Amino acid sequence: MVVAFIQRAIMQGIPLLFGSTGEILTEKSGNLNLGTAGVMYVGGISGVIGAFLYEQSVETLNPVLAVLIPLLSSMVGSLFMGLIYAVLTVTLRANQNVTGLALTTFGVGFGNFFGGSLIKLSGLDVPSITLTQTSLFFKKSLPFADKLGWFGEIFLSYSFLAYAAVAIAIVMSVYFNRTRSGLNLRSVGENPATADAAGINVGKYKYASICLGSIIAGLGGLYYVMDYACGIWSNDAFGDRGWLAIALVIFAIWRPNLSIVGSILFGGLFIVHNYIPNLSMSAQELFKMTPYVVTIIVLVIISMRRKREYQPPESLGLSYFREER
Amino acid sequence: MSTQVAIELKNITKTFGNVVANKDVNLTVNRGEILSILGENGSGKTTLMNMISGIYFPDHGQIFINGEEALIKSPKDAFDYKIGMIHQHFKLVDVFTAAENIVLGLEEKGRYNIKKSTAEIQKICDKYGFDIDLNKKIYEMSVSEKQTVEIVKVLYRGADILILDEPTAVLTPQEIKKLFDVLRNMRKDSKSIIIITHKLNEVLEISDKVSVLRKGEYIGTVQTSEANESILTEMMVGKKIDLNIERSDVEEKADRLLINNMCYVSREGVKVLNHVTFAARSGEILGIAGIAGSGQRELLESIAGLRKLKHGSIIYNNPKNGNQENLRDKTPVEIRELGVRLSFVPEDRLGMGLVGNMDIVDNMMLRSYKKGKGVFLERKGPKDLANKIIDELEVVTPSANTPVRNLSGGNVQKVLVGREIAASPTVLMAAYPVRGLDINSSYLIYNLLNEQKEKGVAVIFVGEDLDVLLELCDRIVVISSGQISGIVDARTTTKEEIGLLMTKTDGGEKNEQ
Amino acid sequence: MSSNNKVHEPLFHVVKRSNIPTWKSWIIRGLSILVALIICGLVTVIMTGENPFEVYGTMIKGAIGTERRIWTLAQNTAILLCVALAVTPAFKMKFWNIGAEGQVLVGGLATAACMIFLGDKLPTWLLFIVMFATSMLAGALWGFIPAFFKANWNTNETLFTLMMNYIAIQIVSYFCYEWSVPKGSGHIGTINGATEAGWLPAIGGKAYLCNILIVAAITVFMYVYLKYSKHGYEISVVGESENTAKYIGINVKKVIVRTMIMSGAICGIVGLLMVSGTDRTLTRDTAGGRGFTAIMVSWLAKFNPIYMIFTALLLVFLQRGAGEISTTFGLNESFSEILTGIIIFFIIGSEFFINYSLKFREKEANK
Repeated sequence: MVVAFIQRAIMQGIPLLFGSTGEILTEKSGNLNLGTAGVMYVGGISGVIGAFLYEQSVETLNPVLAVLIPLLSSMVGSLFMGLIYAVLTVTLRANQNVTGLALTTFGVGFGNFFGGSLIKLSGLDVPSITLTQTSLFFKKSLPFADKLGWFGEIFLSYSFLAYAAVAIAIVMSVYFNRTRSGLNLRSVGENPATADAAGINVGKYKYASICLGSIIAGLGGLYYVMDYACGIWSNDAFGDRGWLAIALVIFAIWRPNLSIVGSILFGGLFIVHNYIPNLSMSAQELFKMTPYVVTIIVLVIISMRRKREYQPPESLGLSYFREER
Repeated sequence: MSTQVAIELKNITKTFGNVVANKDVNLTVNRGEILSILGENGSGKTTLMNMISGIYFPDHGQIFINGEEALIKSPKDAFDYKIGMIHQHFKLVDVFTAAENIVLGLEEKGRYNIKKSTAEIQKICDKYGFDIDLNKKIYEMSVSEKQTVEIVKVLYRGADILILDEPTAVLTPQEIKKLFDVLRNMRKDSKSIIIITHKLNEVLEISDKVSVLRKGEYIGTVQTSEANESILTEMMVGKKIDLNIERSDVEEKADRLLINNMCYVSREGVKVLNHVTFAARSGEILGIAGIAGSGQRELLESIAGLRKLKHGSIIYNNPKNGNQENLRDKTPVEIRELGVRLSFVPEDRLGMGLVGNMDIVDNMMLRSYKKGKGVFLERKGPKDLANKIIDELEVVTPSANTPVRNLSGGNVQKVLVGREIAASPTVLMAAYPVRGLDINSSYLIYNLLNEQKEKGVAVIFVGEDLDVLLELCDRIVVISSGQISGIVDARTTTKEEIGLLMTKTDGGEKNEQ
Repeated sequence: MSSNNKVHEPLFHVVKRSNIPTWKSWIIRGLSILVALIICGLVTVIMTGENPFEVYGTMIKGAIGTERRIWTLAQNTAILLCVALAVTPAFKMKFWNIGAEGQVLVGGLATAACMIFLGDKLPTWLLFIVMFATSMLAGALWGFIPAFFKANWNTNETLFTLMMNYIAIQIVSYFCYEWSVPKGSGHIGTINGATEAGWLPAIGGKAYLCNILIVAAITVFMYVYLKYSKHGYEISVVGESENTAKYIGINVKKVIVRTMIMSGAICGIVGLLMVSGTDRTLTRDTAGGRGFTAIMVSWLAKFNPIYMIFTALLLVFLQRGAGEISTTFGLNESFSEILTGIIIFFIIGSEFFINYSLKFREKEANK
């Protein structure tokens, strides 16, 4: 049962990991994107639209296309969301909080709208959006995983997107700390005026990190629907995972490598109530609160300790205007 | 043209609106030479340097680098000409290490390897004698270490011409000595260095030649070997100009505010005020002269209850009941509740004295909004006051309901001074009250201060124009690096005397440490 | 030489405007809404294939087509407006309270608790007093906690209040199970359906009138509070410049905590209006995202309570109208959120043209 628990916790954690690494990338450039929840919704539904149209258009699915089409359409959808946010907050210097919240409204609405109207809009005669076939391709795990007992189940039983999430987080961690461009990016989020003076193109870095961050976050939505939910889209099922991803950013104190551990922990906290015997339905709800409580505690501790390395990027939430020094 | 010349400026002129910041400035700096640029505040030193480093572009004139005409349109262009500037306000990322800050933004070939870069930077440090831990984070550093990082950053980028904007303002004597050693090493390495300063002894100590600017105009250049303090002071302050500011004599004077041994240490641990002692008397305008940043701001804000002192006392003699109150460690509200009528016109008019987005009426209320019982504001009084000030001080504004942000600088100041005077203060402090104002508004402010003095108010006037200080004030306290370097009678002193006191680094008085 | 220089400079550069006439800024906003409505119309036409006039007609019909619809519109506007009023003082202070959602929920929770446990024990007038008191207290507590940490340790309030929302949601979920009827269903169902104890009364047969009147009173209160009270004045000063606040001796910490307590308390009242005046039940969706929408309402109205009536009306009108389009054309009701999003994007974007202007180099050179 412990093995099953860890496995489920990891599967719960993967969408959060995508979301939080994407958001960390965005925040490192000094942009607090509260629209992540919306971005993840759009990432999910865009993949669904791609997969649905492909499944409906051919008799038998080509495995490569069946993965590639939803993947690409998901990325295009999230990129679109990222661009909206970037144009508004970077070019037009709009308030980041308001823009982010509007993006969430828009994104969740977009997801639920197409989730609810896709069949009607496409004019096809199917009862519900069930992409079981596509999902099977997404869920493909390593063939020898089930032969290795508990080890295989805990470490090897996941789909490629799950490993991609971990890989992205690790790569990003290396990128921030070990590359010149990562250093430049962090300086943009910390002190854009200094970065500007050092000859770094602040706008370009902000755009790039917002767009790429959105694409990564959007993959979380795709993973959720294709893998976790077995290809079945139901409106609002994605729930508050987008906000939980933002919480995870704080919990991981803006470090993608800590985010990996954090996502599994959050995933575990999210489902632990299922594994505690004799827990009433009501008490389960209280258990679901723990990730948020933990996040608040972390938030309070880092603000009290004031250790500089644990703080959010210094210019987070502020727009940069060169002539306003 | 000799190849020795590293940089030459010819007839550089720059204007901002109606203000001429630099007029026909000519300079040359040779390789392996240190040039000091000397001048009072507002003499255009920094503007001039900003044109060399690509932040501003000159209106007229030419810049030659190594004998060829150069167009410097951005910091990047300046960098391409191997010009590096160390600004007064450091441009560093706090959470990065020194080495990370130094390599920031560089497009070097090959893989990013901070260890390798650190080793290369270390070589530069060793060469010039910088003593710094390159793996230390900026936020853990002292001001002097940060400055070192800035200098190394410029050198690492291959600069041959270094500009330092008031590098010694924030350093201790020992740190200054170290910095000068490093500068001499760089001179040996045939770098050209331009250093902006207003401390005469440093100028004489470090530089090969001195160029003097005064009110944007280029006065001249002298070889340091042929200069001495009095020659430089005279060049810097110029001859006295008659302004015809009225100065009345008030018979009855009494000590109103006694500042005793005031010491203030900034959050960064810098001693900003060091054993400051003086008295402000009623019926007198007490001038405070000094180079900007010598502690004037902290002095006034400490008196106003906005800063916590380390040492000393602020004794107020209440003229009504003869009580003595110590204002130290009291908040502005507590000071007011003691019945102390202290008015303060701060340097930062729209950031502190007034709220830019509020209209004149609401700004009138800042001091008085708590008056009266009940939870509601009383706007009648402030409105009358606003109209009165608009009338009497001839504030140009569409109405009393115009946000003060939309007023011109002079009118903003009239509103602020008007409000502070309306509280019928017994002590009135004004920091640079005529900065940026046209002549008419300036005289209006002088008259207002004189009126207050005649009413028996103790006026403290922080100014930068020595001519004004000499004609307006009764006594002048000269402050230098947070210490009082002299208190002089404005009626008998000379401009040169004040100039010398301002640039004295060691207060001259006993240093109790 | 100077002409040489011009070639390399960009055609225009962005300058911060110092001031812009109010009428001009409203024209810019109005234009942005107009453009947004056209885009919305286009999107709708693409989705439905109907001609645009029919689409707009459907929207108007959906929002104000019948008397009942007008009442629903007014009721929804009132509730949204009330949340917006609650968050406004905090925003004026530059305190980013995005926790209205949670503050509303705990207020609703307190109301539901009173209705369930005290419904048949207290006389009606006393019950209402207790309900108002507890719901305001609960909301105030939810506002106080992040404010306390912000004031003392500068803890990031945006993230803190955001987390508080989800804690509130889970606590409400907990009680939804605890109090569920039938047991274990997770739904509380209509509270006091038989006795109607603790239900805000229908005035003149209009179920929602009571809500609307309460919100109207709060609107007037907030307008007066912000504009004419000493507290409101302090809030403005703190929000505009903390330096000025210190200069005149305002205790900034106290103002932050006090304002957030009030912000939370008004959210608590919204919870009461939802539970006692509208839904007669409590679910985890009682706040329904209004906490977030309200931020946009308040921000779009430049924190002016009177303008907020119109921004709230605009958003609710859109929601209702788009809802009608969804029903008529068999689309999902979330269509309204897409339209809302588009309109808000445009209004947010238009602020740029109010705060900044584009200056062309040549012009500047001639000056």
